[in-house]
Amino acid sequence: MASWSTSSAPPLLEVDHLSVEFRMPDGVIRAVNDVSFDVRRGEVVAVVGESGSGKSVTALAILRLVSEPGRIVAGAIRLDGQDLLQLDDEATRRVRGHRIGMVFQEPMTSLNPVLSIGRQLTESMQTHLGLTRGAAHARAVELLQLVGIAEPQRRLKQYPHHLSGGMRQRAMIAMALSCKPELIIADEPTTALDVTIQAQILHLMQDLCRRLDVALVIITHNLGVVARYADRVNVMYAGRIVERGTAADLYRVPSHPYTIGLLNSVPRLDRPRDAPFEPIPGSPPDPLALPSGCTFRPRCKLAAPHCAEAAPPLRQVATTHESACFELHRLRALEPA
Amino acid sequence: MSVAGPLVEVRDLKMHFPVKRGLVFDRVIGQIKAVDGVSFAIRRGETFGLVGESGCGKTTIGRLLLKLEEPTAGEIRFDGEDIAGFDARRTLAFRRRVQAVFQDPYSSLNPRMTVEEIVGEPLLVHGVESNRAARLQRVRELLSVCGLPARSVDRYPHEMSGGQRQRVGIARALALRPDFIVCDEAVSALDVSIQAQIVRLLEELRDEFGLTYLFIGHDLSVVRHICQRVAVMYLGRIVEIADSDPLFDDACHPYTRALLSAVPVPDPVIEHQRAHQEIRGEIPSPMNPPSGCVFHPRCPLAEESCRRLVPQLREIGEDHHVACPIVGPRATNPAWLADQGDRNSVPEQSTR
Repeated sequence: MASWSTSSAPPLLEVDHLSVEFRMPDGVIRAVNDVSFDVRRGEVVAVVGESGSGKSVTALAILRLVSEPGRIVAGAIRLDGQDLLQLDDEATRRVRGHRIGMVFQEPMTSLNPVLSIGRQLTESMQTHLGLTRGAAHARAVELLQLVGIAEPQRRLKQYPHHLSGGMRQRAMIAMALSCKPELIIADEPTTALDVTIQAQILHLMQDLCRRLDVALVIITHNLGVVARYADRVNVMYAGRIVERGTAADLYRVPSHPYTIGLLNSVPRLDRPRDAPFEPIPGSPPDPLALPSGCTFRPRCKLAAPHCAEAAPPLRQVATTHESACFELHRLRALEPA
Repeated sequence: MSVAGPLVEVRDLKMHFPVKRGLVFDRVIGQIKAVDGVSFAIRRGETFGLVGESGCGKTTIGRLLLKLEEPTAGEIRFDGEDIAGFDARRTLAFRRRVQAVFQDPYSSLNPRMTVEEIVGEPLLVHGVESNRAARLQRVRELLSVCGLPARSVDRYPHEMSGGQRQRVGIARALALRPDFIVCDEAVSALDVSIQAQIVRLLEELRDEFGLTYLFIGHDLSVVRHICQRVAVMYLGRIVEIADSDPLFDDACHPYTRALLSAVPVPDPVIEHQRAHQEIRGEIPSPMNPPSGCVFHPRCPLAEESCRRLVPQLREIGEDHHVACPIVGPRATNPAWLADQGDRNSVPEQSTR
């Protein structure tokens, strides 16, 4: 567990040594491998990584939505100290959608196409908050106004396909907020949207979470989004957290060869076109045949023989900053010449 | 290949799709103006970027340049010749010189063909290499140029990663030694670390084989890096066009500025200092676009005249054109406005 904390309050969410496995015909994939992180009240925490890094499976595990052939094989997920993995199905449903809201990448597939927006919004409020139909409807109107949807009365009668992508994502956010959650998990919430709409939606989520004191976990591959919105960052690679820290520390002094490689490999909008950038060689490992020891080793310029022996644990590099690398003392060699 | 002049010249290009309704008899109830009066030129050896959000018409322009669609109006000249006038024989010759790389190599590569068949197919179809052994040799060369091991020839697309599949797509595009490649969102579906590898590969191939690219993309950071010249599109029109660095450093059009402001930069210090001017509303339907300047309903600077007057591109710096009368140095000649008969539209410094 992260020993460092900028506040003394106990975390709202604690993911504690979580491991998730998928049993496939050709072997077992450990999609999430001994992952621990925490989220405090009102905070924005990012989990960043590429496809196959385990970031989305981590999000699903927190919501207990990992389905066959996947299975949570170890660890605990505590919300306010209570282990969600010990709850029965009924109690899980009371947490999911109530205390924890969710926003997924493609609202068209996560909204029910045959139910009106109003029905989808009010149903969960009637179940979780025990509101009457009338009260739920009134709150639904308020929620749509809150997320910036004009003419809420008319929109409530419409179906998901009547709305544009941005509008659907706003409706998803209204739904996530409807039962007054303490935490929202947003898995690539804007990846399918155009960039101006992406900025609108992210800004809306940030603003609402601040005003309503809701903590936010953003799962993303976009390092720019993380820099703009996150307070703290966890970088995942091949199922493990390889680096984490406050956004300020992590971007100022990236301290894992993978993070450094990732930051060096994105061309930047604010730099001239001839500014150097350097791709990370190779590709992410086959999840069925992970390299021994550090899984980044085959792509790492600093790899040494002992990197193959054991997976490096997260070690502190500054008060609010940890990295899982045996060769930390040689990081300077990665700086551009 | 003639030496002088740009490789590709597009003049006042329009592509309007009819919108039909009716069960038995189709009635045309409107038109989608996907591309509405676009002009630009692509110099030899240059990478020309087209950026904009969904529905701006950038993909349609790519399809028109590939001669996959016939335009409603306007002219496309390739190496000095109007491609609309090509007969079957010259169209075939044109198709050898112009190739495409698409976004999703998984859906653009035939899943039942091996890499050898995929990359070798153009050579066979165009009768360039009918001997199988020689073709296989050429396929191996192409794969090696694109950074794939020679043993990949026996593999199927589903056995490869996204980055490898995109390399196969590029190898196939290179097979006929083209002059011009349309890259339509060619790196958009790839993971960050792989995207950088493919961008690097495209640049190396451009320099090695003297290729010219039309690079269609929505990731502005990648576009800034790979393109020498960039046009920003909105609802079927070019709103701003300039060399890459001036465009991104001194963007003038309110839409370009909003677009740039929406893209987060991977640095929290910059992000916390930057002004984020958020753009209102969503892109209007191209079937019923706003009057005057199509951007006016969302524009923070819109004036009354913007509802009526269609702004024309005007030069505001070296090779830097913007379709907005309000920003940048005010025009001294009202000719840049397609005036629809209102004297208020004449700017204050009209020439005597």
